[in-house]
Amino acid sequence: MRAAAEKGHTSAASLPGIPRASKLITSAVAAKSEATTSSPSTKPGHEVLLFEALQEGLEEEMEKDPRVCVMGEDVGHYGGSYKVTKGLAEKFGDLRVLDTPIAENSFTGMAIGAAMTGLRPIVEGMNMGFLLLAYNQISNNCGMLHYTSGGQFTIPIVIRGPGGVGRQLGAEHSQRLESYFQSVPGLQMVACSTPYNAKGLMKAAIRSENPVILYEHVLLYNLKERIPDEDYTCCLEKAELVRPGKDVTILTYSRMRHHVLQAAKTLINNGYDPEIIDIISLKPFDLYTIGNSIKKTHRVLIVEECMRTGGIGASLRSSIIDNFWDYLDAPIMCLSSQDVPTPYAGPLEDATVVQPPQIVKAVEQLCQ
Amino acid sequence: MNDFMGRKVSYSSQMCFIPEESTNSVPCYRLLSTHGDLLDPSSINELDKELCIEMYRKMVTLQVMDTIFYDAQRQGRISFYVTTIGEEAINIGSAAALNATDVVFSQYREPGVLMWRGFTLQQFANQCYGNEYDLGKGRQMPVHYGSNELNYLTVSSPIATQVPQAVGAAYGLKMDKKDACAVTYFGDGGTSEGDFHAGMNFAAVLGAPVLFICRNNGWAISTPTSEQFRSDGVAIKGQAYGVRSIRVDGNDALAVYFAVKNARKMAVEEFRPILIEALTYRVGHHSTSDDSSKYRSVDEIEYWRTRRDPVARLRMFLQSNRWWDDENEDLLRQDLRTQMMSVLHNAESKKKPGLSNLFEDVYDVIPQNLKEQEQETQAIVGKYPKDYPSDVPLD
Repeated sequence: MRAAAEKGHTSAASLPGIPRASKLITSAVAAKSEATTSSPSTKPGHEVLLFEALQEGLEEEMEKDPRVCVMGEDVGHYGGSYKVTKGLAEKFGDLRVLDTPIAENSFTGMAIGAAMTGLRPIVEGMNMGFLLLAYNQISNNCGMLHYTSGGQFTIPIVIRGPGGVGRQLGAEHSQRLESYFQSVPGLQMVACSTPYNAKGLMKAAIRSENPVILYEHVLLYNLKERIPDEDYTCCLEKAELVRPGKDVTILTYSRMRHHVLQAAKTLINNGYDPEIIDIISLKPFDLYTIGNSIKKTHRVLIVEECMRTGGIGASLRSSIIDNFWDYLDAPIMCLSSQDVPTPYAGPLEDATVVQPPQIVKAVEQLCQ
Repeated sequence: MNDFMGRKVSYSSQMCFIPEESTNSVPCYRLLSTHGDLLDPSSINELDKELCIEMYRKMVTLQVMDTIFYDAQRQGRISFYVTTIGEEAINIGSAAALNATDVVFSQYREPGVLMWRGFTLQQFANQCYGNEYDLGKGRQMPVHYGSNELNYLTVSSPIATQVPQAVGAAYGLKMDKKDACAVTYFGDGGTSEGDFHAGMNFAAVLGAPVLFICRNNGWAISTPTSEQFRSDGVAIKGQAYGVRSIRVDGNDALAVYFAVKNARKMAVEEFRPILIEALTYRVGHHSTSDDSSKYRSVDEIEYWRTRRDPVARLRMFLQSNRWWDDENEDLLRQDLRTQMMSVLHNAESKKKPGLSNLFEDVYDVIPQNLKEQEQETQAIVGKYPKDYPSDVPLD
C-alpha cells in the first residue's frame, strides 16, 4: 500500500508491517570510502574533514591578510565548539582570535564596528540559532550601513556557524537561520556542503567586501574529501552542478545535497536521470545555472531543510515562476520540513527532515 | 585559601547586604558656576583663550542651526529634525577634547561633534534635504549624518547599537596600536539596552580604548530617568563592569572638555574604557514628531531653557573675562542666520539623487536581481510619471 504523498508533504512511503523509523535513512554523511563529489582538481591534493577544510581556509586568509580576525564564544584556546578555529589562537594570538563574553548582539555589533573601521572580522555563532540575538545588529546595521552611509563605510564581515537539524540537539539548537535572514537587504548568504566548497566559500567570503553569512551544517563537519593543495576560492554567487541529467532539476543545498545524492542512487537504478544542483548561493540565487537546467529538464524539485513557510524553497519557487514559467511542464515541487519546532525524540526528529525515500517518490511523481 | 577564580574573597560572619542606594551620590565635576564664574579662579591660567572662544562660537552655531532647521521642518521644508538644544556643551566640549583620528559612534543628538570636525552647514542641510550632494545619497532620514573623512560613523536609528560597534573599533585600534580611541555617545534611555551592558562589559574585559559618553538629559521621549533606572544615574554603573567612570556637569562646557580630555588620555595610554555621565537637560522635544508639553511641565522646560542654558553660561564666563562682548555676539548670530538662510535655499534648490541610487551600494557591485528590479522600477516610473515625484531623475 503506497501512501499517496500529496505534493510538498514530507511523508515517507511505508510498507505494511515495517515501522516507519527503520525505513528512514538517518545518516547522510558519506562513509569514509565514498567521495561525495569528484573535486574538479587534477592534482592529487590532500584529504580533509569539512571542519578542517574550513579551518584551512580561515588560517590561509589570516596569514595572507593581517586585518582578518575571528571573534566568538570559545573560539580561542578552546578551538571552537566544532574545532573550526583549532590552533588559530596559538598561531595568531588572543587578540586576533578573540574569545567573547556571551553576548551575541554585542560581539556582532563589535565586529560591525571593527569592519567599518578597517578590519575583516569573522563572527562565529556557536550555533546559528544564537545569532537570532544578533538579528538587530545584522539586519539594521550589517545589511544597511553600506547603503545608508552612501557607500562611505563597508562591512566586509563573515558571519558563520553550524545550523540545521542535528542529532537530537533540541528545538532551539536546530534552527534554519537562512529562512529568517534571507529577507535582509545587503546581506549575501552561502551554504557549504562539502570540504571542497567549504574551504573555497570561506576564503571567498573573507575576501568579499559585502557582509556574507556562511551557513555550515552541524552534521557535515566530519565529511571527508580530497581537496586541492593549491590556493582556490569558490564563487559566492555560483551554484554547483553536482550531477548533470535530463529528467528533472533537483535544487538543494547543505545537508540535503547528500540526501538527494542518496536518493539519486535509487532513482538512477530505476531508470531516472536527475540533474542535481547544489544552489550554494542562497542570496542571491544563481538563476543563470538554475535557469539553464530548467530549460533542459522542464521539471523542478526543491529539497530543503527549511520549514515549509517562508523558507529558501518558498523564495526559490517564487523566483523560478517569475523567470522560467514558460519552461515548466509541471508545478514546482518543494520538499521541506514541517512548520514545527524540531522535537528532541530521535524518530520524531527524523520525521521532520526530508529523507531520501521522499525524494525518490517526489521525482517519480514529478516525472509521471 | 581565600581566592576565587583569581579574586580575593573577604569572608565575614556579619550578614551584610550592599544597599541599593549609597548615602553619597556620585559627585558631579564642574568648573563653572551656573552664572559662568570659575569656581577656582586660579584655573584661568590653564585655559586657552582661543580654544574657549572657538568652543563658544561653535556652540552658538549649533544652537542657531538647530533653531532654523527646526523651524524649516515646521514649515514643511524638511521632513523631520532632531534638535540638540540644551546639550551644546556636551557636543562641543567633548568634540574639542578629542583628536581628529578618534572614531565617533553617535546616537543622533551629537551633530556638534561633526560640526567641530569641519562638517559645514551646507553639508548638514544637504543631508536633511537628501539632495544629490548628501554624502548618504538621500538614503537616510534627516540628522543621520555620517562622514568617513571626519571619522564619524553614519548614524543608525536603533538605540545603543553603536555601543558595541565602538568597542569593536577600539579593538581594532588596540590591535594596530594606534594613538586613537573610539568614542560612543548615547542617552540615559540607551543605557537600558542590552547592547550598553554588553558593550561596557566587553570593553572592560578586552581593555578596549573607548570612551562611553552618556548624555543623561532626563528624558527618553516621555520616560523620565526615574522610570528608566533606579540606580544613582549612569556613572555608578561603571564600577559594576570594572570601568572607571566620572559624572560631569554636562552644561559646563569647560568641565566636559577637561573630563573628556583626561578620559581620552587614560583610554589611549592605559588601554581601558572610561564611562562619562554628563548631566544635562533635553530642552527641545525628542524630535519634530514629539510635543513634550504633553508629558512634562512647560515651566520645567522654560526653566532649563532660560536659566540653565549651557551656551549662555559659557558666554557669561567669556564676557566676564572680556574675551567676548555683545557686539561679537550680535555679529556672530546675524552672520549665522544669513549663512543658514542661504544654505537652506541652496540645499532646497538642488536635485534629488537619481533612481539608480535606490539600487546601488546595497552590495559592492549591483547583482543581477537588483539590476532587473531597477529596470522594472524605471519602466513603471517612466510609464506613469505623474504618479511619481517630478524631481527624482530616472537615471
